[in-house]
Amino acid sequence: MLRLQARKVILVLLVLVFGCGLAVPNLFSPETRKAIEQGAPAWIPRFLLPIHAMTLGLDLQGGSHVLLEIDRADLIRSQVTQLRDDVRRILREERVGLQGGIGLTPRGVQLRVPEAADRAKLMPKFRELAQPIGTFGAFGPSGNQSIEVTENPDGLIQLNVTEAGSNERIRRAVEQAMEVLRRRVDALGTTEPNIQRQGLDRILVQVPGLQDPQRLKQILGETAKLQFRMVADANAGDVDMLPSQDQGGQPIPISRQVIVEGEDLIDAQPAFDQRTSQPIVNFRFNIRGAQRFGQATTENLGRQLAIVLDNKVISAPVIQSPITGGSGQISGNFTVESVNNLAILLRAGALPAKMTIVEERTVGPGLGQDSIQAGKMATIIATVLVILYMIGNYGLFGIIASIALLVHVCLILGLMSLLGATMTLPGIAGIVLTIGTAVDSNVLIYERMREESHLGRSLVSALEAGFQRAFATIIDSNVTMLIAAVALFALGSGPVRGFAVVFILGILTTVITAVTLTRMLIALWYRWARPKALPF
Amino acid sequence: MRLLRIVPDNTKFRIVHWRRLAYPFSAAYSVLVLVLFLTVGLNFGIDFRGGTLMEMQAKSGKPDIAQVRQTANSFGFGEVEVQEFGSAGDLSMRFALQPGGEIAQQAVVTKARAAFAEAYEFRRVETVGPRVSGELVQAGTLGVVLAIIGVLVYLWFRFEMQLAIGAIVGTMHDIVLTMGFFLITQLEFNLTSIAAILTIVGYSLNETVVVFDRTRELLRRYKTMPIPELLDLSVNSTLSRTAITSTTTILALVALVFFGGTAIEGFALVMLFGVMVCTYSAMFVSTPVLLYLDVRAGRLDQGEELAEAKARV
Repeated sequence: MLRLQARKVILVLLVLVFGCGLAVPNLFSPETRKAIEQGAPAWIPRFLLPIHAMTLGLDLQGGSHVLLEIDRADLIRSQVTQLRDDVRRILREERVGLQGGIGLTPRGVQLRVPEAADRAKLMPKFRELAQPIGTFGAFGPSGNQSIEVTENPDGLIQLNVTEAGSNERIRRAVEQAMEVLRRRVDALGTTEPNIQRQGLDRILVQVPGLQDPQRLKQILGETAKLQFRMVADANAGDVDMLPSQDQGGQPIPISRQVIVEGEDLIDAQPAFDQRTSQPIVNFRFNIRGAQRFGQATTENLGRQLAIVLDNKVISAPVIQSPITGGSGQISGNFTVESVNNLAILLRAGALPAKMTIVEERTVGPGLGQDSIQAGKMATIIATVLVILYMIGNYGLFGIIASIALLVHVCLILGLMSLLGATMTLPGIAGIVLTIGTAVDSNVLIYERMREESHLGRSLVSALEAGFQRAFATIIDSNVTMLIAAVALFALGSGPVRGFAVVFILGILTTVITAVTLTRMLIALWYRWARPKALPF
Repeated sequence: MRLLRIVPDNTKFRIVHWRRLAYPFSAAYSVLVLVLFLTVGLNFGIDFRGGTLMEMQAKSGKPDIAQVRQTANSFGFGEVEVQEFGSAGDLSMRFALQPGGEIAQQAVVTKARAAFAEAYEFRRVETVGPRVSGELVQAGTLGVVLAIIGVLVYLWFRFEMQLAIGAIVGTMHDIVLTMGFFLITQLEFNLTSIAAILTIVGYSLNETVVVFDRTRELLRRYKTMPIPELLDLSVNSTLSRTAITSTTTILALVALVFFGGTAIEGFALVMLFGVMVCTYSAMFVSTPVLLYLDVRAGRLDQGEELAEAKARV
């Protein structure tokens, strides 16, 4: 093993230098990296350019992490309502009368049709309501149906939304919600927000470097379902009593019929009313919305039009003249901030269901900066202490171990940059910890060499035996550590995962530096110094 | 230059003999941990308990802790824990989980921000709802259990069942003692603590495996040596390595405790304690366990020995 092949040495050195070189882009500012990427000739593959840096976790650069959960019950309720409407339509089309109407159950509807002939007419139509659940693509349709229809001999027909059906609905709603949330967050003008799905019904929104996390939450949490409806007579049918914001929350009767909805808006901008200087939102409809709005305002001249947001009446102005141009304004009890938010919400569209914030973690930029400073300090001091101690114990071999240690730290940083992994505060702690544990491989090798040399072996033989015998131990002890680290990675989230990444990479690189670099350096030393005994 | 020599060469400590001291000590400590666990309980952080944590720094540099406590308690969100920490005038406020689901938790944040935003800078705000905290408990427990099973299987394949059991006993011991550290110091138990425990699991096994690797080797070499003597030899011949590696790890962790900042201090302290416990248990707990497990029974058939011999050539 102490023979050195020039080719092998060069190869190892190249790999290690390249690995460590990967860490260099972290020293550049993002602007510099961008300039390098744009300035480099096109024939150089992108992965060779020094442009890949670690991302800093929110706990280090400051920012907000908000986890939202879609309201399953709300979605299922709307699914059931839709099902009831479909059933009602079919009954009307088939001219079948009912005994006792359509009953709502938690997951569906039931109805009693005594005549077998009627049931025979209805059942195929009901079955058509059920749709196959789409796991198309690689696996073909899964064979699940969105709705389960059962017919009992006593005339009871039940239509239930299946588990697969509601999950499919949730999946689609979450997808839609992610789009809406992305538009909303983008409107805040922050850099690189991260929006991703978590599990079936959750969305994680991470926004770095935000000055006002309160505003982010206001924008994320609102459903923002905008409707234009008429204020109705309290005694009329089909009326909802909705709280009115400009009258101190007092409920007023609003017709259930919706004239135009938020999805027909194409633009919304904050502005000031020219007469009253109150903050307002100006909006524009698309063609369909403009037509309906024009028609409704023409027909209902002199009556009150209610602007309803998330089942609250923002304002209910009297229609003074028909509005046919397709644009209008929303006034109400607004502040400058709230019209800004409302305009963003209206432009981004409504969420398909109510979403609640189930977890929030916000770190101010000051704390993040302090953490980075403290982390750097701890890393440097730990490195110095360990190096001094290793040199104190092993002299020249301690220097070799220290070189391996420094390369090990650079390799971790380099690999993290290449993978675009996120460095978090626990991740920094992981680096400091591996500084302590990484030298273990060297210690195992050196101690074994010493033992073998005490047993009377010659120096060369002791050196070789040290490597060979220690190798199995190094593998065993590191694999057990690796298993624990992988469990941590699999189950951890956010910052803890950052720690696991560092830990896993640290285990891999320490094995690599111990078996290649340390071995090579000792061989070089043996060749040049021609020693007769171990230097420790 | 004379080099350090922490452990002299050729020590002959009667390690397994000391189990008569170590076992009662560890047993008593474990009982204490159990009692504390049932009476005092862990100081769960909001990750597991739900609730709201806010860390603020006084813009003037001098926080008025009494005034903050009074204001926070006047919100009507129940008893608020207000504490001073660090050196730069930092305060932490902990609100318990509010009845009324996720929306109620957000109300706490809004109100507190409005009340203190003028005089304080918010450095950290965390809110964890009841559902999320429940899931985090599950994931954390599952992580520790899975790691132990994974390692058990690996050790079973690589070593023998007896050695795997010895290693796992040591690891369990270390987990219990570390929990004891949380219970006695009432250090906050949160997600990072789970990370610390899993790291300690890894480190504990690492320590034990180094000794057991030697045990396995000696078992092959000395077919007739009495087991207690053989175990003593295993520990003694790896003692120098154990001492040096523990020291480097402790040095690194001490740097982390003193310079790593308040946010990571808890983690570093637990790890520091854990590393010491692991070093102790690998020698005085896991190794003597092998006395009670018949380590020579069914050991190493010829095939494996041949493979080993081949590997050496």
